[in-house]
Order: sequence, then structure tokens, then C-alpha cells
Amino acid sequence: MAESYIPVLVLLGVSVVNAVGILAATHILNPRRPTPEKDMPYESGMVPLGDTRARFSIKFYMVAISFIIFDLEAIFLIPWAVEMRSLGWEGFIAVSIFMAVLVVGFIYEWRKGGLDWE
Amino acid sequence: MNLDFASNADYFFALAPEILLSIWAMVVLLAGVRKESDSRPPGEGTTLGWLSLVGLLLAAMANGWLYGVTQDAPGAMITIDGFRLFANWLFILGAGLTILVSMSYVGRQRLQSGEFYSLILLATVGMMVMGGTRNLILLFLALETMSIGAYVLTAFNRRDRRSAEGGLKYFLLGSFSSGFLLYGIALVWGATGSVHLPEIGATVAAGAGLSGLLLAGMALLLIGFAFKIAAVPFHMWTPDVYEGAPMPATAFMAAAVKAASFVAFVRVFLEAFPALYESWYPVVWWLAALTMIVANLIALSQANIKRMLAYSSVAHGGYLLVALAAASQLATAGLLFYLLVYTIMNIGAFAIVMVVSGHSEERLQLDDYSGFGWQQPTLAVLFTIFLLSLAGFPGTGGFMAKIYLLQGAVDSQLWTLAILLVLATVVSYYYYLRVAWYMWMRDAPAETTEGAGYWAPIPVQMVLLLSAGVLLYLGIFPGGLLDGALAGAEGLGLAREPFFGFLP
Repeated sequence: MAESYIPVLVLLGVSVVNAVGILAATHILNPRRPTPEKDMPYESGMVPLGDTRARFSIKFYMVAISFIIFDLEAIFLIPWAVEMRSLGWEGFIAVSIFMAVLVVGFIYEWRKGGLDWE
Repeated sequence: MNLDFASNADYFFALAPEILLSIWAMVVLLAGVRKESDSRPPGEGTTLGWLSLVGLLLAAMANGWLYGVTQDAPGAMITIDGFRLFANWLFILGAGLTILVSMSYVGRQRLQSGEFYSLILLATVGMMVMGGTRNLILLFLALETMSIGAYVLTAFNRRDRRSAEGGLKYFLLGSFSSGFLLYGIALVWGATGSVHLPEIGATVAAGAGLSGLLLAGMALLLIGFAFKIAAVPFHMWTPDVYEGAPMPATAFMAAAVKAASFVAFVRVFLEAFPALYESWYPVVWWLAALTMIVANLIALSQANIKRMLAYSSVAHGGYLLVALAAASQLATAGLLFYLLVYTIMNIGAFAIVMVVSGHSEERLQLDDYSGFGWQQPTLAVLFTIFLLSLAGFPGTGGFMAKIYLLQGAVDSQLWTLAILLVLATVVSYYYYLRVAWYMWMRDAPAETTEGAGYWAPIPVQMVLLLSAGVLLYLGIFPGGLLDGALAGAEGLGLAREPFFGFLP
């Protein structure tokens, strides 16, 4: 059984050697003439506007959390919807319980004021 | 009633306590939700606390009902055996005592009580599933349910920097150890082709799948559990987390969370790997020895009472590991007995520390207990009982619990561990009794005239009197509980050849 993994190991080894080799080669062979433009994180991208650690409103965080709730809901609902007929009542009850728990979380968020943007 | 799990509806019956408790946790959550800006009605913490206790009562009733239920489905993900039901009592009791203790605390510290209680209830659900499952995947899910609740509870007091620090430390190290556990599960599955404990046990016993892969998986499982029960050398997070967490949450973690991790630890290793006892026994042996020695020695030098109790809880983990090393049914029963007594005395001790520490938790040093005994005799007598019980003084429940652990160890001929356990207990007398000495033998500093700062509301008084009463009762009449523990340990123990040797 273990023999069948040898190709994976070989591939892993080759890719590691390849990546390290390329990095090391450019590091050794590359002539260095740094300019401020070249030292920017994205040399050919936008000119940076400020520090990456800018503070932003915690409200975005609430939006992201709510997104995750509904995103997960959709991930679980769509496979059930596709197989709804074969899963029958048992599947329906299971999904209803899942939905009920999510709705409780949603009510909590609503009452807590997580959906108000002031 | 007999369940064969032919239909999935049977799971609703088998999981009745857990399901009731989760529904109740959601009810409490919705009953307590308020906007941050809204004013809170006075006494809200108390009302919601009683509401949560109703939920625990319902779960307890369902747990009692499960005693009349049998099952004939060894392949089911959840089991209904004495071990699970006994462990459920343990967790329900731990959660109930914690909620009683925290009722006034949440109001005093202006914590969000609905969230606080529902997190305790949901963590309890996680523990109950941990104690009842025979499936490693479900075990991991339950462990995370419990741990995430505990992380949030640790960081619950947002106005306190120590609470946030403790929560972050606990979260990082806890997720790290969960990673170990999960990787262990994956490797064990890879080696045996199953995540179901009896199936793994059968495969391992038949000698199939014995390989480095299996041993590596078992070692990772061991490390993951050792983190969760805070065995030395994996105990580093404990003092900081216990010191930073809100006091009721500390009591809950030191008692119930540790108990749940132990219950799962014992079930996994005695159901899945009894055939590999020779391999894991030396590791558990050294973990137990190191934990008992190191934790007790560090506790000697603690001046902060919360940190002292944190190291004491690590040391108690060491005593409990002796039972796992012994791995007999008697030792498992001793472990269950010890966990119950430990839950009661630990929550009691933390409740007193909470009362003494005062409004903003400033009186936490040993010196603050000088002359406490003569100012507040009732509280001090109760605290002395809890300390004596933690130390294992004859006449208290802690003594009987240690006796049963020792009996389990001697029965399996673990002479060195038994001697270490006794020596460690002797060392622990010093730091427990030092607190009592400060309370009774030292004069109060002249300037502390405001003794009115000690404030024990009625629910806390109930917990203190009840716990002290139960501890004294168990110190004299341990038989009834021991019978229950022996019934709970049914089938969890190995019949093994005694070793003759002082080291593993």
C-alpha cells in the first residue's frame, strides 16, 4: 500500500528542490540595483497609499460574519435541494432543524443590533 | 425501552439530555439578548440564571430517564452506558454549581448574562457528547463545542486586559492541541480504517494495522489529550488562563472542562487501545509522575491564590492520570469518584475566593487572608473544609477519593506511582494549609476595618453550604457514590498481568 505513495513523494521532492533551487539561483546570480520603486511590495502595481494596518470600522466585521452564516446556509441547502426527493421527510426534518438553529442565531444578531449601520 | 438505531429517530431519544440542553441554551440566549446601549433590568443575571438552571434540571431528568433505556447497536455513534450517564451527572452538577455561583457575579461585573449562561450550557452539551460518543469524529466536534465555549468564557470580561490575554492564549494553544488531536485521529483512521472505538479496538487486538502509523496516531492523540487536561509538560497555559478568566469561568474550566477531557481520554484509550497498553502505559506513567511532582512544587511558591489553585488543579490532573495508568475497572471507578468530589470542592474553593476578592478582584494575595478567619468565621470554616478536602485530609470527600485512587494504583501494582501520590499529597498539605494558617493564625492588618466588603449572596451561600455538606458526608459515607462509580466504570478496565518493577 505504501508503495503507491512513492510517486507523490517524488513529486513533492522535485517541487521542493525546484522551488528552493530557483530562489537560491536568483539570489546568487541576480545583480542588485535597488531603487525605491523596485522595493515596493508590488513593483508594477498601484502606488501604496499608507500603512497596511489601517483601522477600519468594526461594522465590516459584522457584515463578514453575517455573510458567513448565510454562505454556510447556502452550501448545505443546495445539495439537499438537489437530492430532496430521495432524502424524503427525514432529510426535510434534518434541514429544518439546521435552519431553525441558524434562524436563532439570526434573531440574536438582529436583536443585538448587529444589522444596524447607525 | 430499547434502541437499535435502525431509524435515525432513535438518536433523538439517545441524545435527549443533550438536545434539551441545546434548545434551552438557545432559549436563554434569546431571552437575554439586549443591545449594548439598552439599559439592563436589575437582577437580570439572577433571573436568567434560574432559567438556565431549569434547563439543567430538564437535562438531568432526561439523563435519569436514560437509565431505563437499553441499546443493542454497538455501531451507533452515541452509547448509553453507565460511564456516559455518570459523566453526565458530573457535567450537569458542575454547570449548575457554576451558574449558581455566577448569578451575582455577572451583575456585579456587568457581564452579558444571557450569553454567559448559554455559553456555559452549550459547553456542557459538548462535554456530555464527549462522554457519550464512541466515534472519534463526533468526539472532535464535541471537544470543539466545549473548547470554543471555554475560550469565549475566558475572554468574557472585555473590560479586563488579563481576561483578554488569557482568552487569546487559551485559544491559540487550545487550537494547536486540537490540531494534534485531529491529526492523531486521521493517522489512527489511516492505520485501522475506522473512527469507531470498538472497531479500532478489534482491529488493533487482532494485530492488523499494527504499525508506526498507528503508534504515531496514538501518540498524537495522547499529546492532544494531555494538553486539554493540562498534564505537565503541557500545562504552561493553565495559570495564565485561570488567572485571567472571570472567576466562575475559572471554576467551570478547572472542574467540568477538565473532567470532560479526562472522561474522553479514558474512553478512547481503554476502548480503542487496550491491546497497546504496553506502549502507552509508560508515557502515561511519566506524565502522571511529572505532573504530580512539578505542579505541587510550583504551587508551593505561589502568593496569588488564583494561581495557587490553578497549579493545584494541574496537580489533581496528575493524581487522576495515576488511575489511567492503572487501567483497571477499580481505578476507573476511582477516577469517576475523584472527578465528582473534585468538581464539588474546586467550585466551592473558587466561590470563596470570588467572595473574598471583592468588587474589582483586588484581594487575591495570600496576605489578604490574614485574620480572615476571625472576621468572617462562617466563610473561613467553609474555606477550611474545601482546602482540607483538596489536600485530602481524613474525614473529607477528598480523602476518600484519594484512597480509591491509591487502591486502584496498588491493585495494579504501581508501587512507585502510589508512593509518589502519597508524597505529593504531603507536599500539597503545605500550600493548602498555609492559606488556613493565614486565615486563623495571623492578625489582620490594622487598616482593614472594612470587613463589609465580603459579600456572599444567597445562591453562593447555597453552593457553599451544599458543597461543604456533601464533602463531609462523602468523607464518612462514601459507599453509595462508590457503588455508582463502580457501575459507571463497568467494562472500562483491562485485566492485565501485574508488572513487577518500580519504573515503567
